[in-house]
Amino acid sequence: MSRIAARFEALGRDNRAALVTFITAADPSIETCAEILKGLPAAGADVIELGMPFTDPMADGPAIQAAGRRALAAGGSVSTTLRLVRDFRQHDDTTPIVLMGYYNPIYHRGVDTFLAEATEAGVDGLIIVDLPPEEDDELCLPARAVGLDFIRLATPTTDDKRLPAVLANTSGFVYYVAIAGITGTASAAAADIGRAVARLKAKTALPVGVGFGVKTPEQAAEIARVADAVVVGSAIVSTIEASGGDPAPTLAFVKALSDGVRRARTEVAA
Amino acid sequence: MLSPVLNPDDGDDDAPRRGRRAGVPAEASAAAEPVTFEDPIVSERPNSYRTGPDDRGRFGIFGGRFVAETLMPLILELEAAYDAARADPAFAAEIAALARDYVGRPSPLYFAERLTEELGGAKVYFKRDELNHTGSHKINNCIGQILLAKRMGKTRIIAETGAGQHGVATATVCARFGLPCVVYMGAKDVERQAPNVFRMKLLGAEVVPVTAGAGTLKDSMNEALRDWVTNVEDTFYIIGTAAGPHPYPRMVRDFQSIIGTEAREQMLAAEGRLPDLLVAAVGGGSNAIGLFHPFLDDPSVAITGVEAAGEGLEGDKHCASLTAGAPGVLHGNRTYLLQDDDGQILEGHSISAGLDYPGIGPEHSWLKEIGRASYMPIDDKEALAAFQLLARTEGILPALEPAHALAYVAKVAPTMAKDQIILMNLCGRGDKDVHTVAAALEAGAVSAH
Repeated sequence: MSRIAARFEALGRDNRAALVTFITAADPSIETCAEILKGLPAAGADVIELGMPFTDPMADGPAIQAAGRRALAAGGSVSTTLRLVRDFRQHDDTTPIVLMGYYNPIYHRGVDTFLAEATEAGVDGLIIVDLPPEEDDELCLPARAVGLDFIRLATPTTDDKRLPAVLANTSGFVYYVAIAGITGTASAAAADIGRAVARLKAKTALPVGVGFGVKTPEQAAEIARVADAVVVGSAIVSTIEASGGDPAPTLAFVKALSDGVRRARTEVAA
Repeated sequence: MLSPVLNPDDGDDDAPRRGRRAGVPAEASAAAEPVTFEDPIVSERPNSYRTGPDDRGRFGIFGGRFVAETLMPLILELEAAYDAARADPAFAAEIAALARDYVGRPSPLYFAERLTEELGGAKVYFKRDELNHTGSHKINNCIGQILLAKRMGKTRIIAETGAGQHGVATATVCARFGLPCVVYMGAKDVERQAPNVFRMKLLGAEVVPVTAGAGTLKDSMNEALRDWVTNVEDTFYIIGTAAGPHPYPRMVRDFQSIIGTEAREQMLAAEGRLPDLLVAAVGGGSNAIGLFHPFLDDPSVAITGVEAAGEGLEGDKHCASLTAGAPGVLHGNRTYLLQDDDGQILEGHSISAGLDYPGIGPEHSWLKEIGRASYMPIDDKEALAAFQLLARTEGILPALEPAHALAYVAKVAPTMAKDQIILMNLCGRGDKDVHTVAAALEAGAVSAH
């Protein structure tokens, strides 16, 4: 069983949602990023999304754009991203790592080369923003063939007609983008999210994670009540930006988010 | 007779070869029977260079739809709306009427007699698209896209711009149709193209300076895509060049093909034959594909696109993506891109803001790969010299973009026979660039004669 499937199965037994944390590889430096990465599982991250820095992050808002610029300035690249994963795996063989980014750095490296390196490093899945199902033969199908999960985004603009195509080759979990827009801006209403998750769960057996616009432990808890996973990105990288080279504030924030997620369903039950 | 009609299927005016009924004027035939790339008449000519893109939006391996899921339904909706519009004679008629009465088409074909004498070789003709309303070819595409936006019921228009020509053209059609307009423009371009910024504001557009990256065209396109992804319900994104996700490269090409369609007819009227060489500047490549496309299946016509070599190809201060780049994926399509070893996109550099883009329309990438067109680099100094050459010999100030094309013409014309013909697209006028040129000349880049 893949690390992602195993993690969601265990969380299902505990009846709690996963906290999925996003950081950009090499932000603010390769060393600090490695420290944050190493500390994330203990702080309560159940799945780690590691952003591969790219010069032109078209779907990202100001916070993650800035994280990408910091990472590139600090020497971030596909190679350093994979090295960070490899180092992390020395200490942790259970926390799933999903690489998130854009297609060009992978395409330029060569899809087969990249997939071989990623599996060897201990990557579990990929979220590639600019590869819709229409382009599945580019990376999605080759990735699935070597055992990597390909996690697809579903959005408020993904209508019922399109949903089956979006879900068809998706694996690991489905990432519901709660707002039409870029990362880290507006937040969606909890009721809308609940309806959207129900719509997805009617069509797929995969876990459904929700992200875009989750900023506080309270919001994380709200989503954790209705979804299988809560994805937090911009709020974490903003904390990284504000903390200079110190990993402690970031890990403390992740701990607070995790407490929110862990409390969510017990509070409802009580 | 010159047809001002933009034939929305592919702009081919060579009716008999395409198997259209004899005696039916091309435009009437086109209006009654729109020919699409699936049309069996076209399929009988498997060697045609004009049948792309395929149903995945690809020209060979180039093109495609590399966008975030949020945009994907919009792209599909746009494709369906454009296919319907192409099949509707009323759409072609609307475009034709505006092209004639508002834009001033057809633009003249002009024999540059003194320049030809000065160069001492092939006869040089210009397609005078700088005489269009708003001063460049950009308006051809904006008319088509805003009419499509109206058909789709969109109420807000966004655009990216580099030199400001596309921003001005978009702001113009938005004023004409009473739609609000937001133009994203790199902060560096806002500075170096101040007259166009002022024009856009006069036309009622909001100009948003983009400071991300190097603050040029690439970054303004990122920002426009972010706006679109956020305002999916009401917003239509008018992309200014023949790039971006399918169907944009095809759509922009179709709207710009009026350039080549007119020029082909005009050249046949003026010289009784086709030109030997077509030359046009390529940034994203919309004026070039507009000129080239109607000639692609004419084997006697050589085709050269001219890229900006900036301060030279040896460093990274240039935008010659086809000459010095590699295939990659950016802004929704696979195409040649300037990029580093890690696949990070490099910032282009050119004295011409309109060529300052690290990519190129996917159809050009394909034309290069299959060898139907060649692409040559021209640097800042050569373009500045050509700018002055045209001013002195013909009394025309070209934009710095076509000045690159002209610099190549000035190189190649003397090597050709006097009975040969070069047709160059003079795609924009140079008023917007006089300050840039003045600054460059003062800095001693090229001595003023």
